[in-house]
Amino acid sequence: MITKSILKLDDVAIRFAGDSGDGMQLTGTKFTDETALAGNDLSTYPDFPAEIRAPAGTMAGVSGYQIHFSSRDIHTPADTVDLLVAFNPAALRANMEDVRSQGMVIINSDSFTKKSLTRAGYSEDPRVDLATRYNLVEVPLTSLNREALHGLSLTQREMDRCKNFFALGLLCWLYGRSMNATERWLSGKFKGDVLEGNLRTLKAGHAFGETTELFPTHYTVPSAKIEAGTYRNITGNTALAWGIVAAGEQMNNPVFLGAYPITPASEVLHEVARHRHFGVKTFQAEDEIAAASATIGAAFAGQLAVTISSGPGFILKQEAIGLAVMVELPLVAINVQRAGPATGSPTKTEQGDLLASIFGRHSQSPVPVLAPSTPGDCFHTVIEAFKMAVEFMTPVIVLSDGYLANSAEPWKIPDVESLGRQPVVFATQDGDSKFQPYSRVPETLARPWAIPGTPGLEHRIGGLTKEDVTGNIVYGAENHQHMVNLRAEKIARIANSIPPAEVEGPDSGELLVIGWGGTRGAIVAAVEECTENGQEVSQVHLRHLNPFPGNIGELLGRFEKVLCPELNEGQLAMLLRARYLIDVQSFSKISGQPFKVGEIVDQIQKILNTKD
Amino acid sequence: MAADPVPKLTRKDFVADQDVRWCPGCGDYSILANVQRVMPELGVPRENIVFISGIGCSSRFPYYMNTYGFHTIHGRAPAFATGAKAANPDLSVWVVTGDGDGLSIGGNHLLHAIRRNLDVQILLFNNRVYGLTKGQYSPTSELGMQTKSSPHGSIDHPIDPISFALGCGATFVARTIDVDAPHLQQVLRRAHQHKGTSFVEILQNCPVFNDGVFSEVEDRKTRSETALVLEHGKPLTFGSAGQLKGIVLDHGVPKVINLRDEDDPVERGVVVHDESHQTRSYASALATLKRPDFPVPVGVIREVEKACYEDMLQDQVNHAIETNGPGDLNTLLHSGDTWEVS
Repeated sequence: MITKSILKLDDVAIRFAGDSGDGMQLTGTKFTDETALAGNDLSTYPDFPAEIRAPAGTMAGVSGYQIHFSSRDIHTPADTVDLLVAFNPAALRANMEDVRSQGMVIINSDSFTKKSLTRAGYSEDPRVDLATRYNLVEVPLTSLNREALHGLSLTQREMDRCKNFFALGLLCWLYGRSMNATERWLSGKFKGDVLEGNLRTLKAGHAFGETTELFPTHYTVPSAKIEAGTYRNITGNTALAWGIVAAGEQMNNPVFLGAYPITPASEVLHEVARHRHFGVKTFQAEDEIAAASATIGAAFAGQLAVTISSGPGFILKQEAIGLAVMVELPLVAINVQRAGPATGSPTKTEQGDLLASIFGRHSQSPVPVLAPSTPGDCFHTVIEAFKMAVEFMTPVIVLSDGYLANSAEPWKIPDVESLGRQPVVFATQDGDSKFQPYSRVPETLARPWAIPGTPGLEHRIGGLTKEDVTGNIVYGAENHQHMVNLRAEKIARIANSIPPAEVEGPDSGELLVIGWGGTRGAIVAAVEECTENGQEVSQVHLRHLNPFPGNIGELLGRFEKVLCPELNEGQLAMLLRARYLIDVQSFSKISGQPFKVGEIVDQIQKILNTKD
Repeated sequence: MAADPVPKLTRKDFVADQDVRWCPGCGDYSILANVQRVMPELGVPRENIVFISGIGCSSRFPYYMNTYGFHTIHGRAPAFATGAKAANPDLSVWVVTGDGDGLSIGGNHLLHAIRRNLDVQILLFNNRVYGLTKGQYSPTSELGMQTKSSPHGSIDHPIDPISFALGCGATFVARTIDVDAPHLQQVLRRAHQHKGTSFVEILQNCPVFNDGVFSEVEDRKTRSETALVLEHGKPLTFGSAGQLKGIVLDHGVPKVINLRDEDDPVERGVVVHDESHQTRSYASALATLKRPDFPVPVGVIREVEKACYEDMLQDQVNHAIETNGPGDLNTLLHSGDTWEVS
């Protein structure tokens, strides 16, 4: 019996990397589930190629899944990893630079053949060199897995497809995770020898860790002290989908989702489509234009209407969104942003569509824009968007991104009662008075939502310039000016009903870091790091990008310097500068990857060290 | 339970309080008047009727109907109608489009609305020219047509709306004429009766940019020679006494034969019109009939049954509720692996 030492760690980041067909995303997800159940705070970052099966063993086909878990509160998937599990040489080569110095690297030694080294672009075997700088552990994953599955009626190919679970078993042992959730999941997913094979190799991986001399130490990461409650893991896309379903429940009106498949937004359509028993209708349209159009048609007919897409598809919807502005119908248009322009990098993240959302339609076409900041926040943001759309009778744009879409975090399941009910109220006939489709609620300027099927409210709406109140087509100059002003004022007034932005950290001082959307984790972590080092840095993160919360101008003015990190070329910074005449400094990154905490910390240091 | 009685309505109940702004002499006036005349006969409460249009002269139509109406964006009316009908299958949804709106910018949406077979009526006003943008050639314009944008003649081969609809798998396809009131009304009634997408091409004159394009069939004097009036179960004959003609199919290819007044057309091999062929080949052959070699078929070309999108969608919702019970948000949020932190 080998005695092994147990080392307590507070904070670990690991990455699984292999071919896109090796099951890295699945392995990562299952490890994440076990880690969540162990009570750690965690943050994940799946990074995979757009190709479904790129040529095996090449750099182009490398798929990675990173998980950061801790006994403390964490906000990002971590800048560097403590452990890399590389299934082949290409996965090693593509990911080595992110392993911290002296970190552990577990490789599938069976895959280090001359041929696969060449395919990965290595001119010589990297192992000798790596062993001097890292804790390199060579595990013959392929052969150990085949051995474990000996006797089952599986083809060699089928056996090899199980080897990710061998690695998962090994990692579960290494970090003291249970494997119960994975075993449950496997039992629900597979049958017969495939099930048996996966279960067997999972346990074999665990046992291998226990018995081999390769790992003298294993680790424990105590559970994090987080707010009491019931938790689950959630990704941004699942949270969006559930937010859509929840909005229908809270507003007591059926949901219609029109969409055309596009990476990385499709999972939202898939997830909502599973929940027909909530009365939701999903419509896979022939294109993005039809998706938006059908959705507005459903809104006209009285459903809670939502359309979802990503950059290229979102842009196709802009004309239809402009019509929704003109006819003042409630619509939620979600854009899970990805790296562009054009097809760009479909699986990579970016925040490039902020200005396109605010200004991307022809003429003056004001639309509220909201952005969730964490995977779980996607749920609440989409519910707020629906309520806003109906209360103000306007389309509302929600900007998620590829990072939020696929990243998972532990999420405290909200009390349904706390979500706030806001049942939809449709217009009905008011005595004998003639129905006026553009009469307005004085406070919000919202027009009535009068739906077909309601006697006495027959009326026509359309994209032509119209007269207020009656909706009659009028082309007069004064009328046009009036309607443009009115639509602008309606959206501007939304600022009165959204909460003021709250500063984290000192209320005033030398530096404020302002951000929006999916960069929140990296910014918070960077600001915390600076604060722990004794520096005074404040931070504010915006969910409401149009209109801005009413206190933003005054708030920015309380700081000597303002830094705005964004995964674009400074779009929010441009808006803030234009709107408030404040010298906001943009910190821009557009590499398809999220911010690293260190990058923002460095930028903060640079600014604090600049004396002007 | 007895249904609420539908109050007796007249044509006037369907006339909106807006000034009609088509050019004098436009075929759209006649179409509007006939649609308004047919509406009260349909037995549909006015509040359940929705007219949805895209952009173009024809697409101003909803503003003039005292029903629910939505003038949307160019080419996308079938998509808006899809959403409205899928949302509320009880509505009687009418799409009004034109040859440019429906077959050029909106060809894709027309295709998909038809293939999904939503129970909506699609009226395509075909004047073979762009009117609202002032006279450019349209997808149905003849090859060689000289317009402002084709001063040397159009080099686009025209598309035939009927063939297009049949190709999309339309379950109801008909053609009628703007000024032939009884025929137009009859086709509208049939279109409404049909469960599924009803595609109706209405030949329509544009007196400003393409005057007389359908004068042969619009003019009563020449109509009997130039139009083939289709009636289910009746032989395909046309022409007046002494000059009767019939359509036969020779190896599947339509041909015109001369008939004597005393001939039994069926014995002579003239095709008997059958709207209900499951295969599209017969209807597609009819759709190839064109002037000047053939008369223009008018009437119901095809009517078959197929499941409707909105019904299947609603069935899926109902089935999911029956199987899983009505959705419970709390159950959804707690589904899968959860853990307690105390």
